[in-house]
Amino acid sequence: MSVSPGPRRRILLFAPLGIAAAAGAGFLVMLRGLSSGAYNPKGVPSALLGKPVPEFDLAGLVGADRPTLTAAMLRDLERPLLVNFFASWCVPCLIEHPQLMRLAADGVPIMGIAYKDKATEALGFLRKHGTPYQRIGVDLPGRVGIEWGLYGVPETYLIDRQGLIRWRYAGPLTEDVVKADVAPLLRRYA
Amino acid sequence: MMWRCILLLPLLLLATTAKAAVSDPADMLRDQAQEERARALGRELRCMVCQNQSIEDSDADLARDLRRIVREQVATGRTDREIMGYLHDRYGDFVLLRPPVRLTTLALWAMPVIALGLGATLIMVARRRSGAASILPPLSAAERARLVELEQDAQ
Repeated sequence: MSVSPGPRRRILLFAPLGIAAAAGAGFLVMLRGLSSGAYNPKGVPSALLGKPVPEFDLAGLVGADRPTLTAAMLRDLERPLLVNFFASWCVPCLIEHPQLMRLAADGVPIMGIAYKDKATEALGFLRKHGTPYQRIGVDLPGRVGIEWGLYGVPETYLIDRQGLIRWRYAGPLTEDVVKADVAPLLRRYA
Repeated sequence: MMWRCILLLPLLLLATTAKAAVSDPADMLRDQAQEERARALGRELRCMVCQNQSIEDSDADLARDLRRIVREQVATGRTDREIMGYLHDRYGDFVLLRPPVRLTTLALWAMPVIALGLGATLIMVARRRSGAASILPPLSAAERARLVELEQDAQ
């Protein structure tokens, strides 16, 4: 008893191929996103995007020759700026440090918050590698970090002129990130 | 004997991790009911560093800080909703181990239903097809005559 393959059977025959093609297309989109940075499987979008910087008040870093940082100083700005959470014990912070120095040299205002770092050690770190920050606050208990929704160091935030958080990057800034994200965003919110 | 030990190992590990989940006793609230509440809340909150553990189960620094914040707020009499809201405002949906039902999370929540429906459809299609394959050949002339005979007998 031979059954001739009807049109429905033929459709079923091609179904696996169609599913595989769809999955392949999806995978390709994912890979593209991965390489362009548009898709980051570990990245968590900040809950504070588009919101004003949280209220905070920090002690300054004694001996750093820089004024302290409070939330009030991040409102009504002349130009957008970066807020960078760092720590002397954090290796990725050391990796991104040259990028921060370069941005500072280009005139980008950067504010630093030493996260869970003793003042003496944060100071030692900056003396050794340079201070890219215009202002520095010390968050030894890490409570201000939590107000910002921080989950590790380094993290960098871009604040627009109205004092709204426009961008957050968790992890060390690289040349590529500066080129692809920081520079265009600074221009956009200038 | 060796094998028995190996088989028991996962159970042993499970038991020890369950014990290790309790945070530093110094951080625990004195009031047992409040501590229970704080723990229940903590089990609903994701540790952002390790991502697949709750803050009650994680040893990460940030998880410890968040455990403390939850306990402080429980002690000051804030409601569960206010405490979850405090963390949700700062860390977003990702901090909730049970994400809210939204358009963007609909696929996630609907997946069990979709999977069940898909499975049921597949089974039904397979059954119908196996039924179709076993269609009997038409009756022969002799069989048809016998059927008519039987039907007449029945009347």
